Amino acid sequence: MSEPRLVEVRRNVLKQNDVIARALREQFRATGVFVVSLVSSPGSGKTAFLEKTLTQMQPRYRVAALVGDLATENDATRLARSKAPVKQITTGTLCHLEAAMVQNALADWDLNKLDLLFIENVGNLVCPSSYDLGENLRLVLMSVTEGEDKPLKYPTIFNSADVAIITKNELAAAVEFDWESARKSIQSVRPGMQIFRLSAKTGEGMEEYFDFLSRQFAEQRAVAKI
Amino acid sequence: MHELSIAMSIVDAALEEAQRRGIQVSAVHLRLGALSGVVKDALLFSYEVACQDTPLQGSQLIVEDVPVIVFCLQCQKEQLLQSVQLFACPECGAPTMNVRQGKELEVFALEVKEEEVRR
Repeated sequence: MSEPRLVEVRRNVLKQNDVIARALREQFRATGVFVVSLVSSPGSGKTAFLEKTLTQMQPRYRVAALVGDLATENDATRLARSKAPVKQITTGTLCHLEAAMVQNALADWDLNKLDLLFIENVGNLVCPSSYDLGENLRLVLMSVTEGEDKPLKYPTIFNSADVAIITKNELAAAVEFDWESARKSIQSVRPGMQIFRLSAKTGEGMEEYFDFLSRQFAEQRAVAKI
Repeated sequence: MHELSIAMSIVDAALEEAQRRGIQVSAVHLRLGALSGVVKDALLFSYEVACQDTPLQGSQLIVEDVPVIVFCLQCQKEQLLQSVQLFACPECGAPTMNVRQGKELEVFALEVKEEEVRR
């Protein structure tokens, strides 16, 4: 019997998403918007962190947010308290955001009127790692209550992110959070990754992170103008 | 679990290529990187579901696992990563994020259904 005939095709399965993500990135660059996405497991404090971020950055920057969620619009309602424009993307049964959803959600927004756009992904440490959303910076959040080895359990999402944020630091002592062990786990799956340790509740460590965002924004603007 | 939507994209891509070439497909070969974020078992299960009521029904998904290869600056060569939990050169231990391979999620070949051999 002869060998089965093989036809080479070479098709990137996520090409459609990647093409849209590339178009989004170009659109963000052209309009000078710096886009930050947030990924984490459910309950790590993404929404509280984002609410603080929007409120604090607003006096200096024109900020807005897209929030992905499976079912409710509670997060958008919470974030609306910051008075920044917020839009909910309800994904239904889908466990992650895709570039097309971001594109649709932004269709009636004038990006020229924005400086910083935040995209909160669905709470999930697995699926969002495969999808580029055209963002400039991907933050992965992990709360002190989740265990120091979280990065070792979900290496792919930590590897796909640019910056790690340790949240709920006000609870660190109560849960005997081992900072050194957490830092090692992160560096093991993503060498050189910058880490911020903070508390959205008490405000501890938030200033440092705001300064970092401001610098990143300024750099992007400088590059975009060249 | 996003494997079902990935499986549906695989089926779409394979059908499009098969139609363009006018062939019938008995198996789809996929290259799956260790950093693709896709779970193989879940994908194999989802593939069967995604094939239902399409010309690919009954076809096989053959997955080739693609390990992560990094470039070590210290050793000046490509190295096979031992574990996705440790991004360091297996030889000298230097940390590295210089990923050369391992993010693949690619339909790379189609197996053509042979006409039944007749006497």
